[in-house]
Amino acid sequence: MNCRKDMIYLMHKYLDEELTLQEEKHLRLHLQQCEDCQKYFHELTRTDTLIRSTSVMQPSSDFTQNVMANLPQEKRRWGYMRWFKAHPALTAAAIFFILMFGSIFSIWDQPGQLSVSNDQDVVIKDGKVIVPEGVTIEGDLVVKNVDLQIDGSVNGNVTLINGEHLMASAGNISGEIEQVNQVFEWMWYHMKKFSKSIIDWAN
Amino acid sequence: MDLKIKQKIKQVKKGDQSAFEDIVACYQDKVYQICFRLIGNTHEAEDLAQEAFIRAYVNIQSYDDKRKFSTWLFRIATNVTIDRIRKKKPDFYLDAEVKGTDGLTMYSQLAEEQPLPEEELESLELQSYIQQQIMSLPTKYRTVVALRFVDELSLAEISEILDIPIATVKTRVYRGREALRKKLRDV
Ligand SMILES: [Zn+2]
Repeated sequence: MNCRKDMIYLMHKYLDEELTLQEEKHLRLHLQQCEDCQKYFHELTRTDTLIRSTSVMQPSSDFTQNVMANLPQEKRRWGYMRWFKAHPALTAAAIFFILMFGSIFSIWDQPGQLSVSNDQDVVIKDGKVIVPEGVTIEGDLVVKNVDLQIDGSVNGNVTLINGEHLMASAGNISGEIEQVNQVFEWMWYHMKKFSKSIIDWAN
Repeated sequence: MDLKIKQKIKQVKKGDQSAFEDIVACYQDKVYQICFRLIGNTHEAEDLAQEAFIRAYVNIQSYDDKRKFSTWLFRIATNVTIDRIRKKKPDFYLDAEVKGTDGLTMYSQLAEEQPLPEEELESLELQSYIQQQIMSLPTKYRTVVALRFVDELSLAEISEILDIPIATVKTRVYRGREALRKKLRDV
């Protein structure tokens, strides 16, 4: 039969919601007259219905958790921001203790006061602290309110508060370098220190 | 797209990993279904869907928020799955054109009917039978069928997801549907 190919094309267009009004009218009129096309149209519609009826499966119930557990690690900042949000009471308690013991805000408030925990071997020049080449600082180094340039080496951890680590040539740090530049980070730093001292004390 | 999801995507872009959880929860069914349709088994579908989300997370900065998020995500899911299929069957069907440019030739070749058991099929058996028939389609037809019926995506969206012209999508939906019509008409 001649009608077939054109009509089949229209049927597909109908199922994909692509028919113009005129085409739709044309198809409908034809279907009323032609039994073969009716049968064909019915088969096609049913095919769609059958395929749709199987689109109901779901992944396992712990799918989301599994994805979250397998994501690469996020940047540190979000970790403690969320921790503060999620544990307001603990945060408040911790701040209270810190205020009692360490009075962090008074320390924080002193503007611009440069300090270096180990000032025997470093050079202070042009608004920065320099660990000169050939010099090795034994132990941790804490530098506040000033930029730090390490040309020599530090045999321990470096903590930079309100300052930048200026990358220089062959500077060498055996431990970790930590930069603390905002009041939240400053608090976090103290809270970590505080909880560590409690753990040490408990032991 | 829902405003909440838009907000969550912004947060993830800024580095808040936990905001990704709601995104996964929102799209996991669709992504899983697309993968399942293409790969044909639940275990692998789960694995692929996970991989798709992890890739989306890692590449979130490349998502342009003026566009539809689901389009971008489904594209990743489709690509991840097609890659897997390619690895499994390196030289089997993916781009193999069926002989003859005429649509009719194409689906008559696909339409080798498997005999159906006389008894009514249980719903579960019916589902697996239908999936089996979908699996028997060449990947490129299966892909459009998966996208067309999982989320009622428009032909335009499918063309964007697969990065092929809309006319090609039309032809593939048409041929896929014809092939399945023959396979499913006696169910
Ligand atoms: Zn007719």
